[in-house]
Amino acid sequence: MTKQAAGAGKSKGRIDRLITLSFAKSVEISFKSLQVRFFRSMITVSSLVLAVSFLAFVLVNLDVAGGLLVHGGRDAATALSAAGYDVDLADGAVSMSAKERWIVILSLLVCTVGIVNAQLMSVTERFSEIGVMKCLGALDSMILRLFLLEAAMQGLLGASIGAVLGGLISLLTGAVRFGLAAWADLPWAGMLGSVGMATLAGCLLSLLGVLYPALVAARMEPINAIRAEH
Amino acid sequence: MNEERRTIVRVVGVTKSFTMGKVEVMALKGVDLEIFEGEYISIMGPSGSGKSTLFNMIGGLDKPTEGKVFIDEVDISQLDAYELAWLRNRKIGYIFQTFNLIPVMSALENVTLPMTFAGMNADDAQDKGIELLKLVGLGERFQHKPLELSGGQQQRVAVARSLANDPAIILADEPTGNLDLSTGEEIIELMQMLSEERGVTIISATHDYKMLNVSDRVIWVRDGVVDRVERREELDISVGGIGEKLTGTKRNGSPEPTGERG
Ligand SMILES: Nc1ncnc2c1ncn2[C@@H]1O[C@H](COP(=O)(O)OP(=O)(O)OP(=O)(O)O)[C@@H](O)[C@H]1O
Ligand SMILES: [Mg+2]
Repeated sequence: MTKQAAGAGKSKGRIDRLITLSFAKSVEISFKSLQVRFFRSMITVSSLVLAVSFLAFVLVNLDVAGGLLVHGGRDAATALSAAGYDVDLADGAVSMSAKERWIVILSLLVCTVGIVNAQLMSVTERFSEIGVMKCLGALDSMILRLFLLEAAMQGLLGASIGAVLGGLISLLTGAVRFGLAAWADLPWAGMLGSVGMATLAGCLLSLLGVLYPALVAARMEPINAIRAEH
Repeated sequence: MNEERRTIVRVVGVTKSFTMGKVEVMALKGVDLEIFEGEYISIMGPSGSGKSTLFNMIGGLDKPTEGKVFIDEVDISQLDAYELAWLRNRKIGYIFQTFNLIPVMSALENVTLPMTFAGMNADDAQDKGIELLKLVGLGERFQHKPLELSGGQQQRVAVARSLANDPAIILADEPTGNLDLSTGEEIIELMQMLSEERGVTIISATHDYKMLNVSDRVIWVRDGVVDRVERREELDISVGGIGEKLTGTKRNGSPEPTGERG
């Protein structure tokens, strides 16, 4: 029986042979992962779209109202008060009524829970896959990075769609409630800021939602992760 | 087999206990083993005897309660996370009973993943992946997803994946456990070929008596201890060639005549 010297692995030094996963490759793997699970990722994305469009809607509403107030003066102020805004004519500022603010906060909380739940499920259903990756030499940090990248991509997509959608709906309802005058005096910078802020908030929500389950998954001993399948 | 033998795996006084609620289960009760480079080892024993647990200890997938495992004379309990990942990535190739391919990746992507972790560039990894898939007889099916492949084919992909970074050791936990007789036999032949042509050390936990014929040594485990260790020559006498009776095949390239028994 002839048996040659075993595998090449042992003869080479350890220093230059570290485990790596380039950023580009991580993005590629995360992207494919989302693509393959298109349906599931779209559910996560759509919950983000909902949350962010609501937030953007509320913020842009305030911008539109602010614009009306600046140019419409006292008439506009009465119209806005009638529509349920808290108007401070002296400061030229419009804010939500306390009731409305609570509704916004509650809705955002509900959406956050939904996003965390979706991300939690998408991580747990992949425990065995994570275990296999770790058996093949993946580091905890790589697993974490893959999930964070996925969440960031989902967040960016969902949040930007949501922000634009929310902004548009707000403009439309503004026009319906206050007539086309609402569009005449739009504070563009403020609106862009609102849409941007809503997008950012959505991305953060998505990352926050995935962080805990991904940390748990990344730290799991590979054998437990594989066993979880059975 | 008379060349100088280098120890590649050394297991010293390994015990493993699991606590389930208040009961403590001793899965391994003190195992000592020495496995040499290039050997084909089968770990045999009844269900629940601790084969998989031992497999996980040797592969650095789980930690012993007591005792030590040395790979290439390095105590793997002393390795940090990076070194352990390095060991899993380069030194050891794993094959599981349930194949454990990544379902969302194609056969080729499954095989090249460990190479990616090892820092190999994409083109080289692609070429090597295709070459390995050809070696296991799946040359044309590298774009298929695991679920589009039969069990035997999936296990071939897993064998190819285990070879990704030319490991010195291949660890297999019941590699034929989910396969029918003839498919299982093909996998065993494949592993035998690896052992002979590539000189890889193969350690395989198994129920499968067909595996006996190709093993250099068989380690019988019972109730968490090593019951006995038999070299194949001894095995032929004591078991009376049970493996050969079961399969009707002889070990290829076997150094001693195997057909003389009654
Ligand atoms: N994670 C665990 N938690 C609790 N007990 C465990 C765990 N893993 C194994 N055991 C116990 O350890 C013992 C040995 O199990 P092991 O899986 O090593 O057996 P095995 O020889 O591989 O059996 P089989 O041939 O059925 O795969 C069994 O009694 C089992 O119940
Ligand atoms: Mg087992």
